[in-house]
Amino acid sequence: MAKIKGIELIKDGKRLDGRKPLQIRDVEMKVGIIPNANGSAMVRFGKTIAVAAVYGPRLLLPKHLQEGDKAIIQCRYNMAPFSTDDRVKPGSSRREIEISKVIRQAFEPVLFLENYPKTTIDIYIEIIQADGSTRVTSINAASLALADAGVPMKDLVVALSGGKINGTLILDLNGLEDNNSEADMPMAFTANKKEITLLQMDGELKQEEIKKLMTEMFKAGEEIYKMQIKALKDRYSE
Amino acid sequence: MLRANYILKLLEKNERIDGRKLDEFRQINIEKNIIEKAEGSARVKIGKTDVIAGIKMEIETPFPDTPNEGMLKTNAEFAPIAHPDFLPGPPSEDATELARVVDRGIRESNSIDLEKLCLVEGQKVWGVFIDIHIINHDGNLIDASSLASLIALMNTRIPKYEDEKIIRGEYIGKLPMLHTPINVTVSKILDKYVVDLTKEEEDVLDAWLSVAVREDGYICSMQKGGAKGLNVKNIDEMINLAAKKSKELRKLL
Repeated sequence: MAKIKGIELIKDGKRLDGRKPLQIRDVEMKVGIIPNANGSAMVRFGKTIAVAAVYGPRLLLPKHLQEGDKAIIQCRYNMAPFSTDDRVKPGSSRREIEISKVIRQAFEPVLFLENYPKTTIDIYIEIIQADGSTRVTSINAASLALADAGVPMKDLVVALSGGKINGTLILDLNGLEDNNSEADMPMAFTANKKEITLLQMDGELKQEEIKKLMTEMFKAGEEIYKMQIKALKDRYSE
Repeated sequence: MLRANYILKLLEKNERIDGRKLDEFRQINIEKNIIEKAEGSARVKIGKTDVIAGIKMEIETPFPDTPNEGMLKTNAEFAPIAHPDFLPGPPSEDATELARVVDRGIRESNSIDLEKLCLVEGQKVWGVFIDIHIINHDGNLIDASSLASLIALMNTRIPKYEDEKIIRGEYIGKLPMLHTPINVTVSKILDKYVVDLTKEEEDVLDAWLSVAVREDGYICSMQKGGAKGLNVKNIDEMINLAAKKSKELRKLL
């Protein structure tokens, strides 16, 4: 998705895809889609599709990687080569390495790692299609996959992106908006306690704008949380 | 473990193991243009942390979506000389994160006037390569590396380019800079906010937030790290402290 000079991303209070500034895209969530995994989920925000699988807690090998008093989380965020306009070269890019790290840290505060010494909880994420906000979509999918795997969690983790286009604060950036935004700010937090477990920002924002955006993101997060609960219930009511 | 407990015990009393205040940086020592072969360079020491940033300029093909802009690339190397935990091999996860956080602070604040680095639109632009080399690691690598990179950029000269060749050692002028983002990382340990952690303090932190603050007060990048969460109040107070400390660090430029 290209960077376009001087593009007007918001006209008459509407974004190019017809959304209002604080409106998130059409969301779909499905739990239990990979039979081999201990837990799995697919989450779609507009055209962005993330599939997450959780394996474990399982014995971590080789042995020297084990932690004697707790489990570790291993996370890989990976983009499918066909997921974007220009083919993504297979293999981990620097971007993917960093995102894998921040996603892993987004879950560290909610898992009882001390209950599973010497094991690993593996979170694998594949971006099947990318149209902005892929890391937060991944986190929503991984959160469901962890719950589906029956890994005890203090709370579900909810994630979404916020940002600013043409001077207006918005939620859930699509790819075009992401590439041409004045700022984008992905955030993940625990659904009930609102403890922030991932926060990144790039662009230009005043501190008051950051605060305002966070408030709106918490609000929208409540809707996403409801969808997560529904997706989990649907899995077990079938 | 004993040492970690001692650090935490002291922090409860608002004290640190080296006698500093919670919001106090260690002694910062800056040397400019230390690498003659590089187009720009700086060495920043914060206490025992020692970082060199070198800038090399090369001719590159621009990205298709920014045909009239120069390129910026940042790389960080945790050389095994710097710490017993650093091993030879491809960049680690932490080195990759460091490079990307430094890169974002500089890129997102529009520090460099990239449009002035275009030679032939769509074909030839200057590439600015920031390479960060950690010489000794005693904590706070992000702030040290960001500062070293910024100072190196501010002292970078554009080489002469003639007949499709870069003439090294001859320069046509300074790298055009628009803004100066200062990165300050604030950590939360227990319920305290602490800046400029040493390595052994980093080993006991709960969470950190790295904030790039521009001279006009705009926040240009943020990154949260650490195994614990933060609430909105924490974030707000950490940004406040980062903004305050950025003004102090800015005096060093």
